[in-house]
Amino acid sequence: MTDTVIEIRGLQNRFGSHVVHDGLDLDVYRGEILGVVGGSGTGKSVLLRTIAGLNKPSAGSVRLLGTNMQSATEAELDAVSDRIGVMFQDGALFSSLTVLENVEVPLKTIPDLRKETREDLARLKISLSGLPWNAGDKYPAELSGGMRKRAGLARALALDPEIAFLDEPTAGLDPIGAAAFDEVIRDLSRTLGLTVFLVTHDLDTIYAVCDRVAVLAEKRVLVTGSVASMAEVDHPWVREYFLGPRARAARGTIDARPAKG
Amino acid sequence: MGVIRFVLAGTLGIRDLPDLEPSLRALTGDQPVFIDLERAELIDTSIAWIILSTRKRLEEKGQCKISGASPNVARIIDTIASAIPEPEPSAKEGPWLAGFLGRLGSGVVNSGVMFARFAGVLGLFIVRLAQSVIHPREFRLTALVHQCEAVGLQAVPIVALMSFLIGVVLAFQGSAQLRQFGAEVFVVDLIAISILRELGILLTAIIVAGRTASAFTASIGSMKMREEIDAMRTLGIDPGHALVVPRVLALVLMLPILGLIADGAGLFGGALMSWLELGISPAMFATRLVDGTEVSNVFVGLVKAPVFAVLIGVIGCQAGLQVGKTAESLGKMTSSAVVAAIFAVILADAVFSIFFQQIGL
Repeated sequence: MTDTVIEIRGLQNRFGSHVVHDGLDLDVYRGEILGVVGGSGTGKSVLLRTIAGLNKPSAGSVRLLGTNMQSATEAELDAVSDRIGVMFQDGALFSSLTVLENVEVPLKTIPDLRKETREDLARLKISLSGLPWNAGDKYPAELSGGMRKRAGLARALALDPEIAFLDEPTAGLDPIGAAAFDEVIRDLSRTLGLTVFLVTHDLDTIYAVCDRVAVLAEKRVLVTGSVASMAEVDHPWVREYFLGPRARAARGTIDARPAKG
Repeated sequence: MGVIRFVLAGTLGIRDLPDLEPSLRALTGDQPVFIDLERAELIDTSIAWIILSTRKRLEEKGQCKISGASPNVARIIDTIASAIPEPEPSAKEGPWLAGFLGRLGSGVVNSGVMFARFAGVLGLFIVRLAQSVIHPREFRLTALVHQCEAVGLQAVPIVALMSFLIGVVLAFQGSAQLRQFGAEVFVVDLIAISILRELGILLTAIIVAGRTASAFTASIGSMKMREEIDAMRTLGIDPGHALVVPRVLALVLMLPILGLIADGAGLFGGALMSWLELGISPAMFATRLVDGTEVSNVFVGLVKAPVFAVLIGVIGCQAGLQVGKTAESLGKMTSSAVVAAIFAVILADAVFSIFFQQIGL
């Protein structure tokens, strides 16, 4: 019963004469964590922005939760945007609001929700994403990069979306913070049935959390499959990426780690 | 005494919460409550939270049990149960008066600190300028020329236009008043003295403060944000030589010239309006100007320019160096630099007025 939540067919993105994607196909299934990898400039973030409706493709179709993003009316797009959550690279928190108020922003779209309930739910989301209570009363500028990312995750998950888009969730975090973040992502996906679309460079994250990997190269999705199957792909970039020294080190640490959950 | 069974059925999400919440809050706990989840197919975290917080509330008084949850639902409830945060005491605000006095005190201290920083950057400028005289190699001529173009040449159109319009307005308003006494011809003195002595240089300085102080803060501040200034220091380049001296010196050189241009444009505007409105011919305007206005007025006006220039430049550079790591601090420092520079210019102008009054110029 694989339920396709994102279906991309023949996607083309071009900026001026620069073609980023050409004939890109990709399916994402409900409940999985899909890692999107690719070299710099292969359009990983552009792909994320296109699916989330922030960027209009020049050709092709994107179906998100059954809605065709190109032909949808504004009301349909609004309905879809309630069912997805996006975490931007540096959190993209509203700088004039505290973390608590940031997480309350999406909750304010629910009519008739009591103010106290809204605050309690926001506190719950902050705690779910692994931040201490006091972080809720702080402003984004007072937080470290890792805490800002967690706060961004809390805001993205405020409305219990079906799909979470995470743009480089562990970039710039120290290894301990990154591992903790990986764990949060995996736990939330498993317990809440969340589908996660994860753009990353971090091999540790890929080995630790991803059910499936999609490799972007040559302007399209070159190959998708489990992390283990990537070792057998015969493509120079994929080989270098998944069989290089850093990949070996990442795989080694994951194998050495006692199996959890 | 009966038992209350509270049955939740179907797929429930946060949008159902406003309907669900009042009935759960209405439970008082006088009777045992069973929350039956057997028919709940899927719940989200907010529903799990309201179930758990209801149970917690009711258990204080009586009994509450959650039963029949399917594995999916039970897993969400378990996750939420372990994640519900415990309130931590946050820093309490003191009484109103203490808060007010605290803010007042920190405001006073901050303005003292700001003045000290201003003095620091002024000292840095003077020291580095003196060093440049001793070791001309350290001096950045290219940067100085570039800054002269940015703060001087590119400001000429706006300064000239502004001053021209002020001359027009003065002639127009002055003639309306002086005509009542039949003393129209004194409009020349009015225009000449007010523009040469005060308005030409003061308004130029205010425009330059708005234009250039903000540009200094923004350019130095964005370098500070990206750690470029720290990089300079590690490479043995002194920010005083590289950034402060060319900017402030360019302003010191350019502001008198801009002031002179403003004087000319203001007189031209005044003369044009006097000709059209009062019939004072340009030749007569010129004669009256030379006869009736002492040249010391020009001197009194232009001697203020270098002082204004140092104030504007040092305030702009100082604010730029105070920018922190965030974009908000850049915006905040830029606007405060403009306000501080304009205030400083007007304050200095007032001090000059008193000074010239005392020495009888």
